[in-house]
Amino acid sequence: MIVYVLCFVLFLVGLYGVLTRRNLVKIAISLSVMEFAIFLLLVLIGYMDHGEAPIVDPEAPAALYVDPLPQAMVLTAIVIGLATTAMLMAIAIRLFRKYKTFDIREIRNLRG
Amino acid sequence: MEALIPLFIAIPLISAFLIVLLGKLVRSLHLWMAPLSLLVLLIMALGMFIPAGESPLSYDMGGWGSLKGIQVGIPLILDGFSRIMLCIISLIGTIALLYSLSYVRRYTSENYFYALFCLIIAGMNGVVLSGDLFNLFVFLEVSVMASYALVAFGVGRIELEASFRYQVLGGLASMLILVAIALLYWQTKTLNIADTKEILDGNNNRSFLFFVQVLLLAGFGLKAAIVPFHAWLPDAHASAPSPVSAMLSGVLIKAAGIYALARLFFNMFALNHEMALVITVLGTVSMVMGSMLALVQWDVKRMFAYSSISQVGYVVMALGMGMLLMVRGERDTAAMLAIGGGLFHLLNHSVFKGLLFLNAGALEHRLETRDLKQMGGLGEAMPVTGTTSLVASLSISGLPPFNGFFSKFIIILAAIYGRFYLLAALAVLVSIITLGYFLKFQRFAFFNKSPGPRKESIREVPFSMASGMVILAVLCLFLSLLVLPSLRDAVFLPALEVLMRSDVTLTLSGI
Repeated sequence: MIVYVLCFVLFLVGLYGVLTRRNLVKIAISLSVMEFAIFLLLVLIGYMDHGEAPIVDPEAPAALYVDPLPQAMVLTAIVIGLATTAMLMAIAIRLFRKYKTFDIREIRNLRG
Repeated sequence: MEALIPLFIAIPLISAFLIVLLGKLVRSLHLWMAPLSLLVLLIMALGMFIPAGESPLSYDMGGWGSLKGIQVGIPLILDGFSRIMLCIISLIGTIALLYSLSYVRRYTSENYFYALFCLIIAGMNGVVLSGDLFNLFVFLEVSVMASYALVAFGVGRIELEASFRYQVLGGLASMLILVAIALLYWQTKTLNIADTKEILDGNNNRSFLFFVQVLLLAGFGLKAAIVPFHAWLPDAHASAPSPVSAMLSGVLIKAAGIYALARLFFNMFALNHEMALVITVLGTVSMVMGSMLALVQWDVKRMFAYSSISQVGYVVMALGMGMLLMVRGERDTAAMLAIGGGLFHLLNHSVFKGLLFLNAGALEHRLETRDLKQMGGLGEAMPVTGTTSLVASLSISGLPPFNGFFSKFIIILAAIYGRFYLLAALAVLVSIITLGYFLKFQRFAFFNKSPGPRKESIREVPFSMASGMVILAVLCLFLSLLVLPSLRDAVFLPALEVLMRSDVTLTLSGI
């Protein structure tokens, strides 16, 4: 149980960062932290106590395997997360070139 | 027919990769490859109407069938609802691409534009066809990722900032959706939407289901820009290149937001009264708020973006009313009217909002400004743009004989039949406000006699841009024909059967 709570705390840490940080890079980092909290949740969902890696050997089948599907999902989600982060950083670098700052308060042009 | 289904995803995906890979070698590859693949998609999507909607078609990706009665692998499902969405996507996509052929000359590295455009189409087709929750998420990410890049395509200060904001909120939405999918998998141990439904039907853990539904509503609501989650939309849709705005406003918020919401809430969860009420209220609020905010805008594209929020509110409200009526189990005709009207408005809104953004693009192309105060008297200088935008404005404000009138009329009628008198009154009121701000747009852009600067030098836009606008304007008129009983039954009845989950024996003869 404690693992799930910690996972949720990690998610909240990321959310706090997204909401309060003023630096573009820190916002991107906080989003990544949130993402990884969710990946952790996905892995935990597939985990079973004393389960083995789900590689079935017909000679000596194990009693219990962990669920492989969430692991496949996590791999896909990590790739998507990588793309998101790369895209965010590309935009942040472009913004830095225009404004010479990462501070979101000085970048804000758009309103309402 | 089944074998054609994966092509809806494969064709745009392959052309996106080929455009990037071979674009350096073959100079004008993107100029014919992208329109050609979109045209093929459009023909295929329209062709899907031919077998007259028997049982939904399904295709197992990679040939993984079912093992001991359990579905293994990823199914693609094409039913009445996804067929309508496929047609909308490829129709608006083709016309926006035709328009881009002249419009995108203003940007550098054009071939990336076409590649990203194909990628958006591939992602949305995937979302619409997927019968698997996680696969839906993956395709959703493909399409929104391409849209993040396209919003920033102008690489100016405003575009970059809008794209960053869009990405942060879009990323949050994706995470909420992913958490919801993870939790659903935890409970059901399956990702297939049909299997999930069967397992959830036997599940009476109400608080768990509620939590997941709220997460999904927030996630897809962010993608669909329903009102408390709408902050990113005006920036993102106003900053993107105009054909892309037409795609985003006309199609992406529907495919990624409303389609997914409707699919999951109608077909996966058992309907419940509280969520139906929440959806109806959110739809109504965004309908009213969007129109109020649009009224005070002076930037053409921002005005249209707020108007999108308002019109999408109509659709969400109609779907919510349908859910409420179905939960109460009374007045099936009214529920059918509400949902059918919502779907009709979905189709109509993509046509006229696509057209309006193309008009805005034409104005921007010639005047280099989006400020209404600097326009005026353009009706003579740009006759095609003026006429088509007038058609679109009348259509979106719900004046007969254009398509917007019929869909709004059906929604209002359904509200009265279902005894939601307040909602009916609000829908009429918002329609009047919509007429107000589109008259403002018409007056300041085309009719006002005080001409803006450089009026003499302004000419009509090139042929490929004008032809796209004319096609959409003609469609605005001809889509009203869909209220005819035979066409209506062919197009909307299969979708209604899918959404209402019952064999609808009674026809829509109540109108």
